[in-house]
Amino acid sequence: MKKQLVLMMVAGLMGCMFWTQGMVLAGSLDAFKNEKGTIKVAGGTAHIPVMKEAAKQIMTVNSDIQITIAGGGSGVGIKQVGEGLVDIGNSGRKPTDEEIAKYGLKPVQWAIDGVAIVINPKNIIRKLTGTQVKDIFAGKIDNWKQVGGEDKAVSLYTRDEASGTREVFWEKGLGKGEISSKANVVVSNGAMKTAVAQDPYAIGYVSVGHLDQSVAPVSFDGVEPTLESVKSGKYPIARGLYSMTKGEPKGLAKKLIGFLFSPEGQKIISEKGFIPVQ
Amino acid sequence: MSPTREYLYEKGFLFSAILSGSIVFLIFAFMLIMGLPLFKGNQVVALIKNDWLPARGVYGIYPMVVATLAISFFSLALAFPLSLGCAFFSGSIAPPRIARVFRKMIQIMTGIPTVIYGFVGIFLLVPIVREFTTSTSGLCIFSASLMLGIMISPTLILFFTDSLEAVPKSFLDAADALGATRVQKLLYVMVPQAKKGILAGLILALGRALGDTMVALMIAGNAARVPESLFDAARTLTAHIALVIAADYESFEFRSIFACGLVLYAFIALMVLGVRWIGMTNKR
Repeated sequence: MKKQLVLMMVAGLMGCMFWTQGMVLAGSLDAFKNEKGTIKVAGGTAHIPVMKEAAKQIMTVNSDIQITIAGGGSGVGIKQVGEGLVDIGNSGRKPTDEEIAKYGLKPVQWAIDGVAIVINPKNIIRKLTGTQVKDIFAGKIDNWKQVGGEDKAVSLYTRDEASGTREVFWEKGLGKGEISSKANVVVSNGAMKTAVAQDPYAIGYVSVGHLDQSVAPVSFDGVEPTLESVKSGKYPIARGLYSMTKGEPKGLAKKLIGFLFSPEGQKIISEKGFIPVQ
Repeated sequence: MSPTREYLYEKGFLFSAILSGSIVFLIFAFMLIMGLPLFKGNQVVALIKNDWLPARGVYGIYPMVVATLAISFFSLALAFPLSLGCAFFSGSIAPPRIARVFRKMIQIMTGIPTVIYGFVGIFLLVPIVREFTTSTSGLCIFSASLMLGIMISPTLILFFTDSLEAVPKSFLDAADALGATRVQKLLYVMVPQAKKGILAGLILALGRALGDTMVALMIAGNAARVPESLFDAARTLTAHIALVIAADYESFEFRSIFACGLVLYAFIALMVLGVRWIGMTNKR
């Protein structure tokens, strides 16, 4: 009984949200009026929250459009769009020249995903080298005094297996090095911030778009993780988010990609913690 | 009531009973079918026996099995004596008015969502555990067991007091007539009579501890390795399911969810049978 009530309230709330969003965002969504059909999207998991939100807004103004979004990872996204199984493939890396030539892919980059290493603001450390970060996450350095801090054990935080943030950090920050199995695992960028803000000896990582006062970012090999340094390419723990079509984008797929570059699309991108690019 | 209505009501009740009863088997069948690929080539044994090392292509759930057993065992070890004491107090020793107020409070506690317990744990318990134990983050088996123990206590207390109160009054009068003290009456008359209810409460509470997801997910730390001490971070089977559910469907990570589900199912089934068996042998 109680559960039903809660469910009804949630449904009601969501209804309200759809409605107001539909009103406010009608501008860039006009392109989708009088359209009909389906768009199939697959690939990179980091793209999913943005794609889902975009799909939700599009399907709200026009219920004749069906958008399905699947994960699978960057490799799957490139392969499936190349083989014509989906309309848009997402990847967290630029497809190789070989892939582009083989399938005739047209990739566009619409966001940058940067990952900042964060610690508790009470911790005096503000910079770490790449090797130090690697050793800390591998569990080789397990006390803050080994990197010039207090004589306290390091408490490690990492993300769940399906996290795109974890993937970037592991690939670019740790050079695919090991993450100690002793590390605590949290489920979202928000949960990571709460955990690190609560634990004075913590170290973890969040998407640069999620940085705020509750946690302190650490410079990596001398480069501060900021929106600017990520955008300029100076900060190394980052990657582009790409979407691609087989051949020139056309029809609904073209409009969906176009929507990501509209002001509303860019707003969704930054709300989900990424840096939009033009 | 007309015979047709009588008939309709009867069939309606029968339908509800069949539906809810069959759900148990349907869920089991679903997990079995979804997990079927795991049964090929002895994968299931490896899956339950191995460590969780996705980077090396090893996807065992052994650390989660150990963590689940450890956390439920410790939480019950903590909650059982505590609840028994509370129940003895409110069911026999306390003055009726205080017992009534106490009971109302416990009833409210059973309704608190588990996420609240997790939240309270993170902000109140975890920092203390971090400062005073060897746990570096405070997120560990000990914190989770403590919080979970508090969470399952109300269920236990309510069951215990209910079964103590169900002892026939004539028994109590007989004990009084023999000049038994309040504690004697409790230990020698009420507890032996209430044993069945106490066991039932234990099953339910252990089921709640095994099946709880939120508290473990929030304060056990979720490290996927076999814990070596009470102050190590650990990941329960339920937390593992919650953490991996977003992985893509074809991956081995995702498949491990069904192994977790089956193991949990087996645990609960074994536990219920075991406790029932103890109850039966005790009666004879």
